[in-house]
Amino acid sequence: MWTWFYKLASPPHVFGVAVALAPWLFSAAALAIAYGLIAGLAIAPPDYQQGEAFRMIYAHVPSAILSVTVYTVMAVASAVALIWRIKVGHAVAAASAPIGASFTLMTLVTGSLWGRPMWGTYWAWDPRLTSELILLFLYVGVMSLRSAFEDPARGDRAAALLAVVGVVNVPIVHFSVVWWNSLHQGATIVTLEGPKMPGSMLWPLLSMWLGFMLFYGAVLCIRVQAEVLDRERQSAWVREAIKS
Amino acid sequence: MSDFWFMGGYARYVWPCFGFAGIVLLWNIWSARRALAAAKFRATRAMAMAAGEAP
Repeated sequence: MWTWFYKLASPPHVFGVAVALAPWLFSAAALAIAYGLIAGLAIAPPDYQQGEAFRMIYAHVPSAILSVTVYTVMAVASAVALIWRIKVGHAVAAASAPIGASFTLMTLVTGSLWGRPMWGTYWAWDPRLTSELILLFLYVGVMSLRSAFEDPARGDRAAALLAVVGVVNVPIVHFSVVWWNSLHQGATIVTLEGPKMPGSMLWPLLSMWLGFMLFYGAVLCIRVQAEVLDRERQSAWVREAIKS
Repeated sequence: MSDFWFMGGYARYVWPCFGFAGIVLLWNIWSARRALAAAKFRATRAMAMAAGEAP
């Protein structure tokens, strides 16, 4: 088991795993998203209060979960890279940042489109919306900091430090609807009493969530290959990998 | 079928919402593949330069 764990620190091993996994993850993501879209848009019944507008949940909630999940992955990978000086950690963090930023933007835009008919406004300085916007700024800050240094190793360390410090915003995003008065609704899926949705609405949502997670894994595999190649350009194994 | 596209009067919010989500997914695939192609190009160039400089 530990041998497997140690191999995760090896760039050629991670590169090989990423090459092998990417197509499978893309295929599984496509299936899960296709089922979620069809069942969510055409089969699930309309909500008794929000009518057909509730269907925006199938794009908004999976992207919102992904926005904080990807940040957490980025922060953990950064911490691993800083503490144990494992270069693959920096590669995973660098690969995750643009993906997380794009899904945070998706969360803000889809939430804004949902907010207009339900709250009467596209934007409010609400705790959940504001903390999600700060999350987007953190992603942009991490990416900018990494590219601001001529020495890539210094850029990696500075970006990793900001990613680790910024993880404090993740619980703020999650608990903002509990700690403060908020326009945004509270937890719907994970509650002590169980999900507050019937199965016909819940299963498409879970499928979309799974599909988005698999999609992140697939895109991460492609981006990690690029990051590892850039960092290991002078290594002998890269020559072999490029030739094959 | 037209009821489906009408979305109970919320079509102008629901479809742009899913349209934007689709754009983000496609952008992720495109930009990741572009980043990998660029990294492979840089690695190949570095190999060629190293071979050229070799005695």
